[in-house]
Amino acid sequence: MESIIVFAPLVGAILCGFGWKLIGETAAQWTATSLLFLAAILSWFVFLTFDPSAQPNGVYTVNILRWIESGTLSADWAIRMDRLTTIMLIVINTISALVHLYSFGYMAHDENFNESESYRPRFFAYLSFFTFAMLMLVTADNLVQMFFGWEGVGVASYLLIGFYYRKPSAGAAAIKAFVVNRVGDFGFALGIFALYFVTDSIRFEDIFAAIPDLQDNTITFMWRDWNTLNLIAFLLFIGAMGKSAQLFLHTWLPDAMEGPTPVSALIHAATMVTAGVFLVVRMSPLMEYADATTNFIVFIGATTAFFAASVGLVQNDIKRVIAYSTCSQLGYMFVAAGLGVYSVAMFHLLTHAFFKALLFLGSGSVIHATHHEQDMRNYGGLRHKIPKTFWMMMIGTLALTGVGIPLLYVGFPIGFSGFVSKDAIIESAYAGTSGGYAFWALVLAALMTSFYSWRLMFMTFYGTPRGDAHTHDQAHDSPATMMVPLYVLAVGAIFSGMIWYGAFFGANNKVGKFFGVPYAAEASEHGEEQAKEGEETKAEYILVGAPGEGAIHASPDNDVLNKAHKVPVWVRLSPFVAMLAGLGLAYQMYIRRPDLPGKLAAQQAPLYQFLLNKWYFDEIYDFVFVRPSFALGRILWKQGDTKTIDGGINGVAMGLIPFLTRLAGRAQSGYIFSYVFAMVLGIAALLTWMTLFGGAK
Amino acid sequence: MIGLEHYLSVAAALFVIGIFGLFLNRKNVIILLMSIELMLLAVNINLVAFSSYLGDLVGQVFTLFVLTVAAAEAAIGLAILVCFFRNRGTIDVEDVNVMKG
Repeated sequence: MESIIVFAPLVGAILCGFGWKLIGETAAQWTATSLLFLAAILSWFVFLTFDPSAQPNGVYTVNILRWIESGTLSADWAIRMDRLTTIMLIVINTISALVHLYSFGYMAHDENFNESESYRPRFFAYLSFFTFAMLMLVTADNLVQMFFGWEGVGVASYLLIGFYYRKPSAGAAAIKAFVVNRVGDFGFALGIFALYFVTDSIRFEDIFAAIPDLQDNTITFMWRDWNTLNLIAFLLFIGAMGKSAQLFLHTWLPDAMEGPTPVSALIHAATMVTAGVFLVVRMSPLMEYADATTNFIVFIGATTAFFAASVGLVQNDIKRVIAYSTCSQLGYMFVAAGLGVYSVAMFHLLTHAFFKALLFLGSGSVIHATHHEQDMRNYGGLRHKIPKTFWMMMIGTLALTGVGIPLLYVGFPIGFSGFVSKDAIIESAYAGTSGGYAFWALVLAALMTSFYSWRLMFMTFYGTPRGDAHTHDQAHDSPATMMVPLYVLAVGAIFSGMIWYGAFFGANNKVGKFFGVPYAAEASEHGEEQAKEGEETKAEYILVGAPGEGAIHASPDNDVLNKAHKVPVWVRLSPFVAMLAGLGLAYQMYIRRPDLPGKLAAQQAPLYQFLLNKWYFDEIYDFVFVRPSFALGRILWKQGDTKTIDGGINGVAMGLIPFLTRLAGRAQSGYIFSYVFAMVLGIAALLTWMTLFGGAK
Repeated sequence: MIGLEHYLSVAAALFVIGIFGLFLNRKNVIILLMSIELMLLAVNINLVAFSSYLGDLVGQVFTLFVLTVAAAEAAIGLAILVCFFRNRGTIDVEDVNVMKG
């Protein structure tokens, strides 16, 4: 069954991509889509029936073939099934199946292609191929297999961003995504090399088992000694930064919105960009021993969350707003992962996949309704024209901004999924950093998240129509194939937080049970205090699994999860207050006083420009990296290639060789007597040499 | 008494005369053939001289072979010469430089 889940999308991709001429375009699309639905249904079955306690260490492996066998390097092509994998399976396959379905409507007509061109099977084949690569990544049993999936999704992402290959901007965005990802992948590859170097294996089991012994080792890298585990964790995190668009390597994600909207939903919101988070969580046994690196992860995550949210405040392209939102939410996940509450990171990954895919597909529906208009300044008043889309977007926004009933707890909190998981991260951030930088950055980011989300809603659906009147009149809700995925995702966006609260952010015994990690009761000194707050916290549990036991690993002195349940009330209220503040501000600026944003932007022009230009990251990179690279390339081209190499070859071929041939030609007199004379002289010289010096012996 | 060295001296003199005949001659191709013949004979004298000196008949047998081959070679050379003359109307060495580079 696991093999079917993983390989059904590949079969779909091949059938659809290569076989559509035989079976027809529509049949090819249905093949790919139905295989994806099959994979999705099986994934849910596996997820719901998976029982970590029935397996040793909560893991079982499905061997497919022996892959690499070279010296001590040995790797199987295998499917590693544990709780992390099952979570990723449902996320990937569900969203992918829905996006396939959605694409029927969205890609039905496309102004970037002629009517006679068959771009649809290609699109579906790419989508299915992406899904396969992503499944390879999450089911990997060893790092090299994971790297294969990692690069596979990179390729699929490149192909899909550049899907509208006639648009130069799409091509540029695809190249940018690919190149920026290479920077991260370089770190990832170095991390894999280093792990193999120190543990002599690339299999997760062996690596996890070897890690505790490496705690105080050092390794020489770049001319100085480093703590081995910290260095490896850092290198792997560089890879995660590239894939998950964290600060400094984030510049590709907003540009990736050049791709069709279903692609943005699937790859650049729900699945591929979470691969970095998955990597950090997968390597949790390593991260637990790498304090310096995890601090760095928390810092980068928090900064990204803040930075991306601040940029999202002023963007006008509807997809770019959501893209920066994705970037920001990924920062949240990294904060949780860096703090050592891996389950919470996965929690947000899961809920975020639902509501962000919902938002993207919803925005796709808006774009579809307005004839591919993406600028929010040309929307307005669409609420009554596309009511179904409006309500779906509303659910997505409520989930993203974190709407719920604070402090109410009935075995789980009541609220949209984003409310539950984001609060979990913010509480963990308070507990993990004692109310430090990460906590405040995340709360401020939550405020800005709320503001830009509501700004998006208000600009799109409320107010007066600002765009083309004809387009506005014609706007209508999308066909059923596009709306059904939205309904399904909306269900996930509403309920996924409440359903899995206990499993991801409950007491450690629930989390441990869910992830298959052994846990034990801890003798608690604060027994009485907790008794008041509810029976959940009566007994304190800690995860006691050794590295490799269970899907995630937390060292016994990692008590962030327990502390997160006991944060002060104002901390638990803070994200909700931030949400309300953002909502109020957006309401004031975009409903009551629509003239206010323009005035504010004029008044605070430098700040506005700073945000509008994304903190000038692109400009700085352009100045620091891109242009010097171009200059270097030009020097190598003009001076190195054209002048030196071409000049050298031309000089030899057109100057030196003809000169020598002319000399040699002159020697060919054609007269026998001169040849004979030369021969005699040669023989005389040879004889002299032989006689006097004995020749060459 | 005429010893081995006298024979060798004569042979060497003949050989050198042959060589000089090859590249000093600018006129007639027939003289080239004659020079080659001269060189072959010089070698033959060497062979016979050593054969007699060492009391080994193989050298003289070899000489006979060389003479036969030389006769055949002279015949072929003359035949080529005749063809050449028919084609070019001259057998002057100075005029033969078709292979000039």
